[in-house]
Amino acid sequence: MSEHCENCEHQDKLLKLRDIIEQKRGEQGALMPVLQGAQELFGCVPMDVQKFIAQEMHVTLSEVYGVATFYSQFALEPKGKYVISVCMGTACYVKGSQAVLDKLGEVLGLKSGETSADGKFTLSATRCLGACGLAPVMTINEDVHGRLTPEAIPGILATYQEG
Amino acid sequence: MEIFRSHVLVCGGTGCTSSGSVKLVDRLNDQLGELGLDKEVKVIKTGCFGLCEAGPVVIVYPEGTFYSHVQTEDVDEIVSEHLLKGRVVRRLVYQDKGDHPSVGKSLSDIEFYKHQTRVALRNCGVIDPENIDEYIAFDGYRALTKALTEMTPQDVIDEVSRSGLRGRGGGGFPTGTKWKFAAASKDDKKYVVCNADEGDPGAFMDRSVLEGDPHAILEAMAICGYAIGADEGYIYVRAEYPIAVKRLNLAIEQAHEYGLLGQNILGTGFNFDLHIRLGAGAFVCGEETALMASIEGHRGEPRPRPPFPAVKGLFGKPTNINNVETYANVAQIILRGADWFRTMGTERSAGTKVFALGGKINNTGLVEVPMGTPLRTVIYDIGGGIPHGRRFKAVQTGGPSGGCIPARLLDVPIEYDSLIEIGSMMGSGGMIVMDEDNCMVDIARFFLDFTVDESCGKCTPCRIGTRRMLEILNRIVEGKGEEGDIEKLERLATTIAKTSLCGLGQTAPNPVLSTLRYFRDEYEAHIRDKRCPAHHCRSLMQYQIIDKCRGCTACARVCPVHAVSGEVRKPHAIDQDKCIKCGACYDACRFDAIIKA
Ligand SMILES: Cc1cc2nc3c(=O)[nH]c(=O)nc-3n(C[C@H](O)[C@H](O)[C@H](O)COP(=O)(O)O)c2cc1C
Ligand code: FES
Repeated sequence: MSEHCENCEHQDKLLKLRDIIEQKRGEQGALMPVLQGAQELFGCVPMDVQKFIAQEMHVTLSEVYGVATFYSQFALEPKGKYVISVCMGTACYVKGSQAVLDKLGEVLGLKSGETSADGKFTLSATRCLGACGLAPVMTINEDVHGRLTPEAIPGILATYQEG
Repeated sequence: MEIFRSHVLVCGGTGCTSSGSVKLVDRLNDQLGELGLDKEVKVIKTGCFGLCEAGPVVIVYPEGTFYSHVQTEDVDEIVSEHLLKGRVVRRLVYQDKGDHPSVGKSLSDIEFYKHQTRVALRNCGVIDPENIDEYIAFDGYRALTKALTEMTPQDVIDEVSRSGLRGRGGGGFPTGTKWKFAAASKDDKKYVVCNADEGDPGAFMDRSVLEGDPHAILEAMAICGYAIGADEGYIYVRAEYPIAVKRLNLAIEQAHEYGLLGQNILGTGFNFDLHIRLGAGAFVCGEETALMASIEGHRGEPRPRPPFPAVKGLFGKPTNINNVETYANVAQIILRGADWFRTMGTERSAGTKVFALGGKINNTGLVEVPMGTPLRTVIYDIGGGIPHGRRFKAVQTGGPSGGCIPARLLDVPIEYDSLIEIGSMMGSGGMIVMDEDNCMVDIARFFLDFTVDESCGKCTPCRIGTRRMLEILNRIVEGKGEEGDIEKLERLATTIAKTSLCGLGQTAPNPVLSTLRYFRDEYEAHIRDKRCPAHHCRSLMQYQIIDKCRGCTACARVCPVHAVSGEVRKPHAIDQDKCIKCGACYDACRFDAIIKA
């Protein structure tokens, strides 16, 4: 696969997913770990992937879909390159994380849960990140930003805008 | 074993990692290597020290010097001054308020630690959680050895029962009794489950134990397996806790290598194995029946009890499920005895409890205190009080199932039963402090919003009832509250509490009921006077410019809707019809001339 080919890449990932399913075969309650593996591979679990899982695991599609839509970790559509998660845990909320989220929404023109048209940013609200000492906190992919103020937002976003 | 003259402990908990402690470790190792000190000084990345506010935290032993807010740039000085020449870097030493810069302030001298008793957190920030030898050096796996070789399963259950240990996951059910039920169920297959789903938004005790002392959980689960007759266990961890998951996996691997998990443990014929399962972001999965459904690979919906898990649990088999912190106490109880455990805490709530102290408080972090300690001690002596000279308003315990406790009840001792009496609950240990700027109606709305979002939808009172409550609260904070709203809220609350299927719905009205009980006047001000006493609710407040205004035009320039007008060097004014209450002018003013009214 020297040339970039989206379809081949997708097929490749499906093969990897089959390996995961093979590994978990016979394990009790394997559907969740398989879905988690799929989410990691594809960045989301779209319908064709769910169908593939149902087929390979010999369960109904409705069961796979039921589980995939129950848990907020599983996304049915792809997320942006940078996923911004603003902590809406209690400690962050009482220290003003709503204002931070509002500011992000304003600057990016997004509502919580939405992805920008260019696929760069996804804005989301999340529960306690366990860094309450740094409240209010947000993560952008793996990076943690703490002690935030609305004023600091444009500057932080700028460092990701280029990349 | 290698001997080092100094040990440098760097906090590798989530808080400090977020503020850059990993880079500190690398830099320390580089610098020590360069100076050839790497054979004399050992750098260890530990679990959370608890004082997250001061992070990143570094402690140098044997002196016990406690450095706070350490940046990568500071590392060279610590190495060249302290570790090479033995001179403490005073400017980095942690200080309590009003301290003289003293040399080598150590853990036990610091106010934050003085009032604490560490049982569940005993190894957090003390050992390297990724190294089983360190755990063993601190009495690790001795309790398991004792249980397997000197005690019968019944002895173990009796010891735990006598200790008075109660569930730390929120309910406070006696742990020994739970184990007894599971042991009494006859079946060839049983399970031990650890609830590490920590859903309370604003709590991270369980996370810190898993990250700082993972072997303590494995050991306790094995002891429980022995006591109830189970040979397999699951730890259900939030997917949002990657460091905890990594260290648990590592710990399980190491315990296997040492023959402390697996077949024929310590040659006693006892078998026990553990698996890890990740949650996927559903709060209701913290509820035990939902959690087990999730491990089975289904939607995490709760089911009615009975049958209780001890009779029919995971995969239909008898199961014992406990919280992380509950397990974290077990090895110590087996090793030091029930009588020792009972010396801490109160008659009906034995032992200690870990709290995640957060919100409007100076020392945010993790604290562990004997049960029965007054809230005041935790908030003022350990927490250092409220920042910026603001006034304390309330402390929230019990998360979305709990309530807000007002200032006049701060001397109530922290116990399961006393907290329920005053309309809150122990919960898993989140403790969020609020000051005069926090609106209590909005806080109630915040928790209801959480419940509505997290309700699994299986039962009607919780799915629809909480939504109706949220709608009313939304109206109230927007200034559209009506006479009779409070009564409607109370009626809904009572019905939902009585008729919901699981604890989520049954306790969801608590934040509303407790704020109504102690801060009813705030509700009334919103509804009758269309006023938010805390000046928090946007729809109910105005920004006004007072006569301190110098006409610097800073506010007019930042206003996104051009609602501020006025000539240079003359007092400005805000057009209330245009104002969108974004607060930009308030933040921009350097003369305190803009007020919230
Ligand atoms: C909605 C809901 C959420 C819960 N979340 C948690 C949780 O995050 N962690 C936990 O240990 N227990 C949680 N519990 C309590 C568990 O159902 C169960 O009582 C607990 O795991 C038992 O352990 P313990 O006796 O050691 O406390 C929750 C209960 C309810 C109703
Ligand atoms: S509440 Fe935001 S990190 Fe805990």
